[in-house]
Amino acid sequence: MTDLILFNVTNGLIIGAFYVLMALGLSLILNLSGVINFAHGGFLALGGYIAYAIAPYVGFWAALLLSPILVALLGLVIERLMIHRMYGRDPLYSLLLTFGLAFIFEDVTRAIWGATGLPFSVPDYLSQPVSDKFFFITYYRLFMVSVVAVAVSGLFLFLRYSRLGVRIRAGTFDLDTVSSLGVNVRALRSFNFALGIFLAGLAGVLAGGQLSLEPTMGANLLMPSFVAIIVGGVGSLTGTLLGGLLIGVASGITTVFWPAASDAVIYVMMAVVLLLRPRGLLGEEGLLS
Amino acid sequence: MTTNKSHMLKLGAIWMLLLAIPLWLPLFGGYLALGTRVLVLGLAAMSLNFLLGFTGVLSFGHAAYFGLGAYGTGLALKLMTHSTPFALVCGVLLGGIAGALLGALIVRRRGVYFAMVTIAFGQVFYFIAFRWNSLTGGDDGLRGFERQPLDFGAWTADILRDSTMFFYFVLALFALAAGAMGLLLRSPFGRSLLAIRENERRARFLGIPVELHIWLSFTLSTFFISLAGGLNALLNNFADPTMLNYTQSGEIVIMVVLGGMRSFWGPLVGAAVFVLLQDYLSSLTTNWMSFLGAIFVIMVLFFPRGVLGLNWPESLRTVQAFLRKRGTPGGGAQP
Repeated sequence: MTDLILFNVTNGLIIGAFYVLMALGLSLILNLSGVINFAHGGFLALGGYIAYAIAPYVGFWAALLLSPILVALLGLVIERLMIHRMYGRDPLYSLLLTFGLAFIFEDVTRAIWGATGLPFSVPDYLSQPVSDKFFFITYYRLFMVSVVAVAVSGLFLFLRYSRLGVRIRAGTFDLDTVSSLGVNVRALRSFNFALGIFLAGLAGVLAGGQLSLEPTMGANLLMPSFVAIIVGGVGSLTGTLLGGLLIGVASGITTVFWPAASDAVIYVMMAVVLLLRPRGLLGEEGLLS
Repeated sequence: MTTNKSHMLKLGAIWMLLLAIPLWLPLFGGYLALGTRVLVLGLAAMSLNFLLGFTGVLSFGHAAYFGLGAYGTGLALKLMTHSTPFALVCGVLLGGIAGALLGALIVRRRGVYFAMVTIAFGQVFYFIAFRWNSLTGGDDGLRGFERQPLDFGAWTADILRDSTMFFYFVLALFALAAGAMGLLLRSPFGRSLLAIRENERRARFLGIPVELHIWLSFTLSTFFISLAGGLNALLNNFADPTMLNYTQSGEIVIMVVLGGMRSFWGPLVGAAVFVLLQDYLSSLTTNWMSFLGAIFVIMVLFFPRGVLGLNWPESLRTVQAFLRKRGTPGGGAQP
């Protein structure tokens, strides 16, 4: 029983790590630009597939870095072409636009790579279990969690200490003032969008090594990421981090006792949080309301 | 009276056109079930527009109540009753009460935040329908029920086998719901909703209880869309979980925007365009999802006011501006 619980908590943490990467990217874009990016899951899946396609040529490690960069560049192009036109307009339009983009992404991915799952193989030394007793903890899982940890701390350090990061955080609170202080807000938002997409691409590569690659793999992570953002509190990246880990572990634990409810439990958590703390656990009053 | 002659004429024309669908639709190669589907989805889109277009609140999770109406109706027919109207009442109550409860939880949220919370809560019902195999049939959908003939004592309307009869049954309920929505919007309550849409702060200062009005509008629109969902279940004698998914919500929202949010009848037009396009595209290509996505993108970029609110010169200018901008390299993107 303890093993079973430990197994599912580990699982929950790993899934939570995916939620965190995905939700942090969504949160970055939402906070600075007020856009809910429905196509985020499409970018994630693309990240996995591109890594799958280039890994035979450049190797696993290069693919891990190259694929998210390529996806981020694509994100940049799409932001410059279409999404930046939605800034300042009714959120309805950005929702519909990214929703349509998500359809196109999923369909194109399916057309190129097929609907059935593809295996994305990780180096052999990573797929070994760490010990016989805890057979479910492979080196790859440890590796994955550490990559997520490095990426997340890198992001927080960047936002805390770099000039660009400070501007992004300032823009979250008052974009007009940031703009009038001479910062190129247009470029700032584009960079921020690409940064969010980079995280999605990274999550895609990591997820590809753990699960199998499917066109819908990103869309399946989208809703839990929304919940992570709402539970953690809109406007707070630390909240998003906390929310992602919380709902991951919660659904992991629920899997032990009531597997059928493991999808629904995160929404129940959201309802409870909204009842007790309408702004979410670490949400700031007045942002994006 | 504010209803002038041209308005009455327009209404008359719309109803004549709807009543005569069984006569003219086959002439254009359509089948009657397609017309019924347009009515059902049109009602769904009009119900959402009650909230979206006339209260100015964006719900992106209305498919949940559409689906609850369908499952409620289907389950009632399967387990409880042989009366189609009673089953519909069950479906409407299930969806509407769920909407009333969740509405109370989210009514203080606005804008993007409101949209996100409605999407996320909508998914709860999707997962329940998807996972509760023993009751809902899970992924395979709910089967094993059929709409039952209407018994008027001396006369029985066989809506099960006679598809024209079923069409008029749907049209009658559509008319009831559309009439109710129209009357509500003309009432002082409806005018208050418009005031909230136009300027929430001013409406609040005028003493309108804003939260109560938004909650009522949300709840009413979930009741209406549950009716549409119930009719959809009767139309197909089937309900499946994708009806409750957020992709279905997105489709209903795009129908509203396609037709024009500020217009009462716009969503019906949008639903007609959407249903016909989907029917046509899915028979033409397996990649119809891309086309559907492209419709979303083109719609938002170039025709945000919808078909009925279309401003051709303005849309043309947007297209021109877009092409011009694409001509120059989108430089300066990297800081």
